Amino acid sequence: MDLIAVARIAVRALARNKMRSSLTMLGIIIGVGAVIAMVGVGQGAQQQVQQQIAAMGSDILFVGSGTVTRGGTHMGWGATKTLIYADMLAILRECPAVKAAAPGSNTSTQVVFSNDNWATRINGTEPQYFDIRNWPFQEGTSFTQQDVEMAANVAVIGESVRKNLFAATDPLGQTIRIKSLPFKVVGVLAQKGTSAAMGDDQDDVVLVPITTLQKKITGQDWLRWIMVSATSRQSSYAAQEQITSLLRDRHRIRAGQDDDFMVRNLADMADLADQAGSVMTMLLASIASVSLVVGGIGIMNIMLVSVSERTREIGIRMAIGATERNVQSQFLTEAVVLSLIGGAIGIVFGMGASYLIANTLGWVVLISPLAIVTAVVFSMAVGIFFGFYPARKAAHLNPIEALRYE
Amino acid sequence: MVTMSQSEIDVAIQRPREATIRVLDVHKYYDLGETRVHALRGITMDIVRGEFVAIMGASGSGKSTFMNILGCLDKPGSGRYFLDGIDVSGLGKDELAAIRNRKIGFVFQGFNLLSRTTALENVELPTLYAQVSKEEGAKRAREALDLVGLGDRSTHFPSQLSGGQQQRVAIARALVNKPSILLADEPTGNLDSRTSVEIMEILGRLNVAGLTIVLVTHEHDISQFAKRTIQFRDGRVRRDELVVNRQTASQVLKNLPVEED
Repeated sequence: MDLIAVARIAVRALARNKMRSSLTMLGIIIGVGAVIAMVGVGQGAQQQVQQQIAAMGSDILFVGSGTVTRGGTHMGWGATKTLIYADMLAILRECPAVKAAAPGSNTSTQVVFSNDNWATRINGTEPQYFDIRNWPFQEGTSFTQQDVEMAANVAVIGESVRKNLFAATDPLGQTIRIKSLPFKVVGVLAQKGTSAAMGDDQDDVVLVPITTLQKKITGQDWLRWIMVSATSRQSSYAAQEQITSLLRDRHRIRAGQDDDFMVRNLADMADLADQAGSVMTMLLASIASVSLVVGGIGIMNIMLVSVSERTREIGIRMAIGATERNVQSQFLTEAVVLSLIGGAIGIVFGMGASYLIANTLGWVVLISPLAIVTAVVFSMAVGIFFGFYPARKAAHLNPIEALRYE
Repeated sequence: MVTMSQSEIDVAIQRPREATIRVLDVHKYYDLGETRVHALRGITMDIVRGEFVAIMGASGSGKSTFMNILGCLDKPGSGRYFLDGIDVSGLGKDELAAIRNRKIGFVFQGFNLLSRTTALENVELPTLYAQVSKEEGAKRAREALDLVGLGDRSTHFPSQLSGGQQQRVAIARALVNKPSILLADEPTGNLDSRTSVEIMEILGRLNVAGLTIVLVTHEHDISQFAKRTIQFRDGRVRRDELVVNRQTASQVLKNLPVEED
């Protein structure tokens, strides 16, 4: 018997019990739909994280001051004082894969405007920082290189600081106080949101010229970090190597000794976030697959009922020449047809659910062709797996007893 | 217990193979828990091409077991069974299914048609399991339905047909793969007298055309339409005789009053 004939017989057998068949299919529909919607949500979130990292600049490298051990006490990152402004100039001069660099140091303190105050992070840097981070302004501009040279009291504030300190007031031109020093607000950064890679609020920040921070606020002359952009995403790994060897050389670190700095590559972080996203997608998919398995058990249940109901039919078919294989493939095909039709409807259902989630919750939902193909293959596998036992049971019936069955 | 010696069996096998059915010293046992039922105690018989045999006997006589073996639904416990010269007793399940499909046509007491399946599709069913194209199968099924006089009922479902018509569909189904033998297990058991004779008339006609028929019945009247009757008792053949003064069903039918309600 050819496959089309077998499938046609299966469809007709299922059509004889429409209510039962559609209820059985419902299990698969919900299962496949849930898998598609959940994978869609997971992949949507993953894509969003990727986009955030790309917006942060995936060609960015972060050079941080390192760790050091003093008298057996292992200090954390940022404990060394060896990263200096001259290092940044050397990186710009000697690393061909580096396009731009901005120095940085930071402290945390209270910022005051009229009667409000807000504890936030104060970053000292240079104007190119905003280009490297690809961070636009919603109002005003960056402080200038001249401000840096003069250690001027000017500040750029993030959206979270603006919200907390200024509420309805326009912050441009206003004066805020940091450690009782007055700073004039020259720019407000556009909202960047929570960092996908690090999980902190990137908008909760005040940026001032590096010189101002070092001389007037912290009194430190070393850097805590240097933000570097590579010439391209591909060259960021080359830049990482160039910076590492340059700084080891400049800091006179002998072979075998640990670095007193660290270089982090955002491309690495993007990969890391991607992995985390994949894990989440898989988690969601596996939870959804549970309902697919339950749907499969429903198929098995109904197929078992169907086999015992149709014992006589099986006997007749065997008497007139059906082999065990013929009978087995007939019932297996019914199970597979059930699950495949269920799977097809489930895809539509899953896409509808994704659309609904995207609309009502405002999440990004991504339906990939891979998810659809996987769902189809998976539902077919469910049909074969859960249809196998009932089909085998049918095929192993004794024809004489089956014919006598009432 | 009469059993054949191996040399007798060898002699029997060497006889010319004109017999459609040759059964040699067939025994069959069933184990029912503690007790062992000896259903057939050494059956030996030849049925040649074109015979019309009625097998009779009380329930428990072993005739159903014998029919199951003839129909290749069951295997002899010991002994040999040749169908068209093929030693069927040694075949595997799939080969037996193929024999049932191509060499044997079954007609049952309860018709055993698939419900919610048209007459034509019921008749086509055996061709699905033979390597026959869809078109060829449909053509043969239509011919078989014409042969039993139901060519105009091909799209009817079993529930829309009378008992006699259903049995005729079943006969057409048994014929569709052009079998060597037709096995009918109490084919008139569920039918009234007139319809019974009508069915026997069809079987008689098929037999005249050359089909070998083996029929199980416990009605004496019905057995008299056959050419030979074989009586079973306690797993043995008790009597094997030719029917004398045989009447054909078509003659009886002419004299039978039509019931008018």
